[in-house]
Formats: sequence, C-alpha cells, structure tokens
Amino acid sequence: MTVPENLSYTAEHEWVAIDDTVASVGITDFAQQALGDVVYVSVPAPGTAVTAGEPFGEVESTKSVSDLYSPVDGEVIEANPEIDDDPGLVNTDPYGAGWLVKIRMADDPAGLLTPEEYTALTKEAG
Amino acid sequence: MTTPDAAKPRQTPLHDVHEQLGASMTEFAGWLMPLRYRSETAEHQAVRSHAGLFDLSHMGEILVAGPGAAAALDYALVGQPSSMAPGRARYTMICAADGGVLDDLIVYRLADEEFLVVANAANTGVVDAALRDRAQGHDARITDQTDGYALIAIQGPAAAGILGPLTDVALDGVKYYTSHRGTVAGREVLLARTGYTGEDGFELFSQPGDAEHIWRALSEAGTAAGLVPAGLAARDTLRLEAGMPLYGNELGPDMTPFDAGLGRVVKLDKPGDFVGRAALAAAAQAPPRRVLVGLRGGTRRVPRHGYPVLWDGQPAGTVTSGAPSPTLGVPIAMAYVEPEVAEAGAAAGTGAGPGAAVPDETSPAGSADGRLAVDIRGRAEPAVITPLPFYHRTQDRPR
Repeated sequence: MTVPENLSYTAEHEWVAIDDTVASVGITDFAQQALGDVVYVSVPAPGTAVTAGEPFGEVESTKSVSDLYSPVDGEVIEANPEIDDDPGLVNTDPYGAGWLVKIRMADDPAGLLTPEEYTALTKEAG
Repeated sequence: MTTPDAAKPRQTPLHDVHEQLGASMTEFAGWLMPLRYRSETAEHQAVRSHAGLFDLSHMGEILVAGPGAAAALDYALVGQPSSMAPGRARYTMICAADGGVLDDLIVYRLADEEFLVVANAANTGVVDAALRDRAQGHDARITDQTDGYALIAIQGPAAAGILGPLTDVALDGVKYYTSHRGTVAGREVLLARTGYTGEDGFELFSQPGDAEHIWRALSEAGTAAGLVPAGLAARDTLRLEAGMPLYGNELGPDMTPFDAGLGRVVKLDKPGDFVGRAALAAAAQAPPRRVLVGLRGGTRRVPRHGYPVLWDGQPAGTVTSGAPSPTLGVPIAMAYVEPEVAEAGAAAGTGAGPGAAVPDETSPAGSADGRLAVDIRGRAEPAVITPLPFYHRTQDRPR
C-alpha cells in the first residue's frame, strides 16, 4: 500500500492534492484495495457546490458501494473524463490517472490528515 | 455457533499458499478465506474462459455411515438419498419441521452404507446437530469430519484438460454429479464433477496434509492453460450469473424450497415420513407467497442484498443478491418479488416467465414503462425481470 508524501488525506480514504486554490481529489490505494474492482464512479458535474465532510458521490465495486465525501468546501470545476469509460483507473493508478474531481476551494482546507496520520489510521483499520 | 472463538477465525490447510500468493483474506463464516488474489473480475473471467482454482476447505463435510444411513437421510433431508447409486451426488436441502430451509447440501453416496454430506460453512454445526437428532432410532453414525478434509475446486472449460494428466481417474467417464476415488498428483482424493460456477469443473476432497501438494501440482500444470487462483469474490459473481442460490441470501429458515423455485428437490412421493413433509406438502399446493426472479439493472448503479424492489413506486420485494456482472457488463440481481409483479414484469421484460431458461437478449420493454425499479440508496433505478440463469455456458455438459 502506498501513501505518497506530497498529498493530504481524509479519514474517509480520499487523497487531496492542493495547488493554490484548486484541490484534486481521488481515493487512496488503501481504499481501492479494500473496495476491489471499481466498476462505476459517480461524481458531481462541474459547477456543483460541495461541502467538506458531506457525501458528494459514490464508488461502486464488485462487492460494495461507498460514499465519496468532499474533503473541502468549494465548487467542482472538473471531473475526470476518463473515469466513466474506464473506472478501473481507480484501481490501477489511484493517485494518477484515477483522479476523480478538481474542486476550487472556497477557503483554506481544514482537518486534513498528513501522510503519517493517514498511515496510522489505516494500520488501525487493517 | 460454529465459531466459539470469534476473535480467531479458522485457517484452511492452504493458508500458507494464500499468503504466498498475496491474497486479500477475509473472514467468512468463521474461516479466514481468500477474497481475491488480484482482480476478482479477472479471476471471474479466467473461470469463464479458461480455469480457476478455489480453496473451499471451509465447507463442512459430515459423514453418515452405517446400515441405517440411507434411511436416516431419507428422513432427515427433503430428497431421497436411498435412491442414489453409489458414486452419485445430488443437490438437496435440509428443512425444519415448518418447511424452512436450514441449509442446501450436496450429498455424495460413497458406498451402500456411507454418505458424505457437504454443508455450507456457516451451517455445518446446525446440519450436524440436526442430522444427529434425526438419525436417532436409525443404525447410523454421524461424524463432522470438516477438519479431516481439504476441498479444492478446479472450474472452467480448461479444467478437465488440466486435471486429466494428473489423475488416474478417466475424466471422460466422470459424469456431472458423480464422484470417484482416485489420485491427483499421487495423493488420494475423492474426485467429483460438481461446482458452483456455471462451468464444467471438479471438486477434490483430500487429506488436509495433501492439499498444498495437490494445489501446487494443479497450479503448475494449469498456468500455461490460463488457470489462476480465484477467491470468494469471484465465486460469488460466478454463482450469481449462473443463477445459483446462496444460503443466507436466496435461502434461509423463513423460506421454503418452493419459494426459491427449487421445489423439485422436495421428494414428496418418497415413502415414509420426513422432517418438514406436512409443511412442504402444503407449500407445494399453495399459491406462491413470493417468486425468485432475475433482475437486470437499467443503470450502472448496482442492486444489492436487502435493497427494496419497487413496482409503481411501491415496495414489491427485496433484492437477495446483486453485483455488476463481469460477463454481461451490467448490474444483475436476484430478488424475491410478489407473484403478480413477477408475472407482469416478466411479461413486460421478455415474454418469458420466471425460472431457469437460456438467457437471450433482453428487450428493455419492462423498464420502458417504468413500473419496475430498485431503490438503490434512496433513488429508484429502473430494472427489468430477466430469466434465470443470467449466464449459461454454450458447450455441451460433459457426458
């Protein structure tokens, strides 16, 4: 399981890459391994307002369905156009080609976890 | 019940093999089992196109032996094991007095006075206790031998080709639902042509200490033919596509075999009484309370166990199993629905009634009028009733 050093995380197993006021969001390697093969991801369309900690989409895998929670407050400005045709990207490249949405943040992010904190959390879960 | 020490799941004789293969392990019915080795979708597809290797050592093996064994089983089960020839196997059920299903089973007649009853892992204790109780007054010994057996399944169109060179059993002569004693890779096994995937395949009962040797021999021999290890996740989608019931989903103590559309396993014409006879005779005559149907999802969201089925927006049933079908590429499910809904939905969907049939291209007419839906996490998603099984292998069943 990989937990890149340059990202922030949530307790709901999302990763966040912050570039100025834009947050790119996906699910972690730990999450994709736990879910199994992802077959469908629903995320909000660009223009949708999202609230930190609130569900904003879902991930369907062979065995289960899970909510996606927005890690930040803001507005969705882009959804990964490849995911609809190839949801398996979430499994094969969760931190790269498997990214899900980009959100223009309304304010500074709060309550995100460091890689160390997230790693500790997954060890408890595992 | 079967796991007095819930904190410590039991390990199968193949545990080290799974660890070496890097399997994702999961606790299932008190056992630590491989859920998947890599991608469960790839494992599923390998079984459909080539072959898969499964560890099923969690299944319960209960031996029923003695001069009264056949009579005891005729009384204890809804089928008629006394009518089976040695070497034959049969799918059957054990029911409570009220007709509710305690477990679905495969019974192998090993000899005139010896039967092997294979039970679901979660129910082995219940089945063992019920058999002991029901065998009273018969000259039969009941022994739970689950710890004395490993069970490996090799399933898929390439299974016979891989297993053949490794066994002294002539597989051409092994009919579906029969068992033979022989060797695989030099180790003694009971070799049966049975399975739970909808493909041709074999199940190999061996000594626990021989399981790893047999697994490795099959693995080595089969790799070139596309054999991969396959976990419980793939097993579940394979059986769902094949329309096979899973205890706890399609079967349970509050359902009779007739509810599940499996009334044919109840041998009401067998001589003598059996547990559940009166209730099952009544169930056979009564109009169905509910009907097990196949559903095909109209969107990419997946109907899953426990989700309500809606007809004109009103609750009309419950999904028992559901998954994205790797073979069909759409969500599929089984559900219990009200009989009127099954009839109307089937007429709208395919013109075919419920029950086993060869699936063909389903017209979306049933969803077009929008009456049937599944409540998927608060949103009604259209679905159509489609004949079971969802998948039927095209090759002829081996003779």
